[in-house]
Amino acid sequence: MVSDTAEGPGQSWRRDVFDVLKAAGVKHIVYVPDAGHSTALRLAEADPEINAVVLTTEEEGIGYLAGAWLGGERGALLMQSSGVGNCINTLGLVACARFPFLTVVTMRGDWAEFNQWQNPMGQATEAALRLMGVMTWRADDPKDVAPLLRGAATMAFEGDGACAVLLGQRLIGEKEWVK
Amino acid sequence: MSAINVPGGTLERRGVVADLLRERGDLMVVTGLGSPSYDVMAAGDHDLNYYLWAAMGSSMTVGLGLAMAQPDRPVLVVTGDGESLMGFGALATIALRRPRNLSIVILDNGHFGETGMQPSHAGQGIELTRVAEACGFPVVDLVTERQGVEPLRRRIHAKESLNLAVVKIEAVNLPRALPPRDGVYVKNRFRAALGFRPA
Repeated sequence: MVSDTAEGPGQSWRRDVFDVLKAAGVKHIVYVPDAGHSTALRLAEADPEINAVVLTTEEEGIGYLAGAWLGGERGALLMQSSGVGNCINTLGLVACARFPFLTVVTMRGDWAEFNQWQNPMGQATEAALRLMGVMTWRADDPKDVAPLLRGAATMAFEGDGACAVLLGQRLIGEKEWVK
Repeated sequence: MSAINVPGGTLERRGVVADLLRERGDLMVVTGLGSPSYDVMAAGDHDLNYYLWAAMGSSMTVGLGLAMAQPDRPVLVVTGDGESLMGFGALATIALRRPRNLSIVILDNGHFGETGMQPSHAGQGIELTRVAEACGFPVVDLVTERQGVEPLRRRIHAKESLNLAVVKIEAVNLPRALPPRDGVYVKNRFRAALGFRPA
């Protein structure tokens, strides 16, 4: 499996995701789990100031974050690229009411993918987000994660933007299927 | 085998919703698209109403996020059986969080009213109260008579427990009372009423 440690060279981005969200004033981290998010999810679940909310399907997160914003609070959706497909119609809510929307998407079907069933949605993920009016940034290098996410958070929360940061498979690492 | 067609009920939806929204105080209301939005609008537009016009299945999750962000105020979601069915998973997500200030009222006529009164799953044997119970909702109520409405109204304001009520209403389409469709306006108006400024 992909390493779930925040230690070691090139792995600090795993913690950066959480630290940047926290520094941006995020109080709600809503998610459908993915191995690439496991460090951020563990930190979110352990933080008493953060509501960490597990979802049954990703579009629930869009409604939840809209509601939290109506109530004056910031949040972010963590999901895998396959979940972007589940969000398409619900992203209309973000567009029509210009709700701030910040999501961090771990990519599959993107690079060195063993399971080709991930490829159709993985290859369509960025285009699908853009079709629905979501701005996108891609991180394939560990040093890019924090600045890209910080910038996306600014555009989401200060400018009512819909913003997605995609974490590429080259960043996350190859999933080992056979040991 | 033909479908078992169980009509929703006999209660008149506008009257039920108007009663639920009496003396609403600091109550915040989220409505599912279609008739529940019209019912809430017909009872009187309000800065603390958030009407959904799309994103079917989202009223309960919007209500959850709002209830989590504003834990000291009561939050009411008014939706229908059709919208609830599309957001089925949200019942599980909400049951895990259990916000004490969140009430969900499902106006169940057993039909997709907005699209021509096609029978819904709820009208063909799926009891939404049983689904909520299976998910672990601590308080689940089935309202089939008008006298069940006032206890429900009090429960909404009590903020003592997450609760869900299915109100069995008549399957009729009433004249529409259209809420504002400008989502940005309704959002900013809602937030302003809570003291938050636009970006």
